[in-house]
Amino acid sequence: MIRSEILREIAPILNPHLVVCNIGLPSQELHMIDDNERNFYMLGTMGLSSSIGLGLALAQDKTVISIDGDGSVLTNLGTLPTIANNVADNFILLIIDNGSYGSTGDQPTYAGKKTKLEAVAAACGCENVVTCQDVDTGKALQAAIDSKKMTVIVSKCDSGNIKLPVITMDPVVIKHRFMQAVAS
Amino acid sequence: MNIDKKIADDLVANDVSFVTTVPCKQLAGVIEEVEARKEIFHIPANKEDEGMGLCAGAHMGGKRPMIIMQNTAIGVTINTLATLTQYYRMPLPMLISYRGELREPVACQVEMAVHTKALLAQMNIPTYHFHWQKDVEEFDNILKYTFMCNKPVAILTDANFWGGYGDQ
Ligand SMILES: Cc1ncc(C[n+]2csc(CCOP(=O)(O)OP(=O)(O)O)c2C)c(N)n1
Ligand SMILES: [Mg+2]
Repeated sequence: MIRSEILREIAPILNPHLVVCNIGLPSQELHMIDDNERNFYMLGTMGLSSSIGLGLALAQDKTVISIDGDGSVLTNLGTLPTIANNVADNFILLIIDNGSYGSTGDQPTYAGKKTKLEAVAAACGCENVVTCQDVDTGKALQAAIDSKKMTVIVSKCDSGNIKLPVITMDPVVIKHRFMQAVAS
Repeated sequence: MNIDKKIADDLVANDVSFVTTVPCKQLAGVIEEVEARKEIFHIPANKEDEGMGLCAGAHMGGKRPMIIMQNTAIGVTINTLATLTQYYRMPLPMLISYRGELREPVACQVEMAVHTKALLAQMNIPTYHFHWQKDVEEFDNILKYTFMCNKPVAILTDANFWGGYGDQ
């Protein structure tokens, strides 16, 4: 499966929860598949999906799912120790590991070579790290939500992208409706 | 006057309850003070752009955030300031130790100091510079201003403000 197929499959599981979605194609795909006010789309700032999600989870009680990419986690590797050492049991980091910088044309990342992000997360002190295959992402995500334990999921999938338009929504509108959903 | 305590008092009085930090020698006292306050959740970051991401999330979760960092971090965070904090209109007071200014003993620190105000000006970031201990009296108003206008705001604090480096 490729990222867009995973997102299509897990969209109903994500829907009731607060979702912080990574820059580029992941946000564009989620926006196309199930746009709603509980989604926060990143329009820039590669690497910070996990940090924004953790900050949000620590600041309030609702479940927060950060959808991240392998390349973006590699660019902000310092996030994993911070997550490990500031446990928020309402936080799930879902890393869609397609082994490439998908949004920029599938250039390979080191996660697609020797580097295992699940091992990095565990070494950083993350206590619940789940590795799954693309087809099992929904099951792993639902189990993590139900466990009410902070979880890092690394979902291994294929590289590949679909063609779709950019998000033209104004960032302040994205934030405003998201904050209303957070506060509701 | 104990400026570390005064800064922490102002944070608490302004309901700033989520503070991320990357240390600087000059900031050691204020970081210790922030860590000690039960009203403030202190979350050390590994890099300042990561810290700004944490602050963005805390803001959307209804908390008032702040970052404490060194001016060299302006070189690390320009993209985050532009595409996250400013683009989504998020408030972020930035308490910044201004290394490489008067009474600085480390020559390399001057290399980012000479760019600091120019970069902040280029980013249209409101910028205050504390040089004397009494300047801390403005901190309370700067916090109110920041959460009024929903912008990142820089408070540069030089070695003279923190009392120099002793015998160094
Ligand atoms: C600082 C910075 N460098 C590079 C980019 C270009 N860029 C945007 S998305 C992306 C790839 C992200 O890869 P990954 O996190 O693995 O997500 P994927 O698209 O594969 O799901 C890159 C390199 C950027 N936006 N910002
Ligand atoms: Mg990828």
